[in-house]
Amino acid sequence: MGAPLLLVENLKKYFEIRKGFLGKKVYLRAVDGVSLTLARGETIAIVGESGCGKTTLGKTILRLYEPTDGRIIFDGRDITHLKWKDLKWYRCETGLVQQDPFGALPPFMTVRRILEEPLIINGIKSKREREEKVYRALERVKLTPIEDFINKYPHMLSGGQQQRLVIARATILEPKMVVADEPVSMLDASVRIEILKLLQELQYKYNQSIIYITHDLSTTKYFSERIYIMYAAQIIESAGTSELLQNPMHPYTKALLNVIPDPDPNNRFIIKDVPAGEPPNLMSPPLGCRFHPRCPNFMKGVCDVKEPPTIEVTKDHYVMCWLYG
Amino acid sequence: MSGEHLSVRNLTMYYRTIKGEVKAVVNVSFSLFKGETVAIIGESGCGKSSLAKAIIRLMPRNVSVYRGIILFNGINLMDLNEEEFRRKIRWSKIAYVPQAALNSLNPVVKVGEQMIEPLILTYKMSKREALEKAAEALRRIGINESFIDRYPFELSGGMKQRIIIATALLINPELVILDEPTSSLDVLTQANIMNILKSIKGERGLSMIFITHDISLSSELADKVAVMYAGQIVEFNAAEKFYSDPKHPYSQKLMESVPTLRTDKKLGFIPGSPPSLLDPPKGCRFAERCPLAFSRCSEDPPTIYLNGDFYVKCWLYAKE
Repeated sequence: MGAPLLLVENLKKYFEIRKGFLGKKVYLRAVDGVSLTLARGETIAIVGESGCGKTTLGKTILRLYEPTDGRIIFDGRDITHLKWKDLKWYRCETGLVQQDPFGALPPFMTVRRILEEPLIINGIKSKREREEKVYRALERVKLTPIEDFINKYPHMLSGGQQQRLVIARATILEPKMVVADEPVSMLDASVRIEILKLLQELQYKYNQSIIYITHDLSTTKYFSERIYIMYAAQIIESAGTSELLQNPMHPYTKALLNVIPDPDPNNRFIIKDVPAGEPPNLMSPPLGCRFHPRCPNFMKGVCDVKEPPTIEVTKDHYVMCWLYG
Repeated sequence: MSGEHLSVRNLTMYYRTIKGEVKAVVNVSFSLFKGETVAIIGESGCGKSSLAKAIIRLMPRNVSVYRGIILFNGINLMDLNEEEFRRKIRWSKIAYVPQAALNSLNPVVKVGEQMIEPLILTYKMSKREALEKAAEALRRIGINESFIDRYPFELSGGMKQRIIIATALLINPELVILDEPTSSLDVLTQANIMNILKSIKGERGLSMIFITHDISLSSELADKVAVMYAGQIVEFNAAEKFYSDPKHPYSQKLMESVPTLRTDKKLGFIPGSPPSLLDPPKGCRFAERCPLAFSRCSEDPPTIYLNGDFYVKCWLYAKE
């Protein structure tokens, strides 16, 4: 397969927060030592609950934030600390699909203008070439017949159509990598699959790599090849999709998988095991394993003392947990 | 039929707007026995929240049509005037947890003070007695009773939502309407709230109307399922039947679009979007997107009873 398209090593992003009026600086550790790889044409899923840092991770990978520490290698180039103006090529190679399509689209621009914008910024002067690309992008995301859509404003489109427009904009420069941050969580059940299938098609047809950020494990089963489970700013488990879903190892992953319902009338008779408590504050995460205050397998003197290492338990299945240490 | 706790018959509600009449709830019928939960599922804009508001009679002023029968313990609530409904039914008998209720807590009033207000007003309880009851309610939902003296901004979303639910149940209503009680919460928090609702249901025989867009989640509580599409209930079915063998083509397509973790399946989706409620089609409202549509679908489909009260509104099941 050759070198991966994206290599992230021990990535950290801390936000500085001042406590009190003249208080001392504290840091919110939104991403704390994340490593991952993304092959060409591969889709990986980053799964975690709100506040776990998954969006910050996505934005840092896209270099919308400058990392505090660690390395990001994209296509063989180190982009970790590149200056804003040197990042222009990287912007062309990457795209972002946001969670809220309506919020991501400027309400005063027509569909044509929205799609032309990245082309103009990237110096495509010929109007005909731009028009061609706009048409091709709309065709790709199936906003057809194109004439019906091209002069509309975002508010005239349904939620699903808006999200398709966002995808068209993110992919109009034919980037090698797209970060899709909760692309369907605001959409209705019946159109979610349509949007996810569209992303998958882009992956297959144009060999695009996709980082699919979500809180919803059940969709990752169908739309990603590898899953990274994130908890309190760290990746606590990663494996190929079917391996992870069949043999979850980390107690947190197990808990997640256990509580996600499939439509089954017997669910209503079962009280499920749910770990007590809530994810920790990222300004002062607990010592040792960050899940230990909630963990059913907590080992006193081990889990609350030292941070667990990331262990390859079976081939390509990594867990950050003392149970396997 | 006797013994029904709630029976809604042909409930209809329209809103008046500048663009015309929005037919949000059209001839909706369903029923439930004491201690049962009916899940109302549907996509955004299908009228499920309007249905909830029509039952608890908390409607905006621009309602132009409001008719039908709501039998609650055998009494038609539509016969009660506003004052009687407020005194005898709302909160004391039927409680309502609106969507995103967690944001409705007043951030500058202590949790306890907010929880006990209905107890003091409805039951004329002393403040001390009421606070004791509130503390007990908090313990039952797994929140330390010391939280009575906290302010809502100190709490997480899941805690706020649990407190809202506990508050709605403090005055022992017979029926509670939950509108998307967990839609903005995390998976584990959601499971936690479902556990609480399940145990309350078992302990007290509380009847519930559970409104959600999440089909998998609906199976956590539902004894009966009503599927809403464009203002109408197109299928009303028993949970045992519905999740394995939905009848209406819309229910079937919707079920196809649900990703499952434990079984493999081919996922589908429904192309197109629901019709406008300003001017819905004359015939079946789903016909335009329905893969099984045929000539008769241009007429309004009849209600076909499956057994007892359960029905499907579709020409495919009409016998001739």
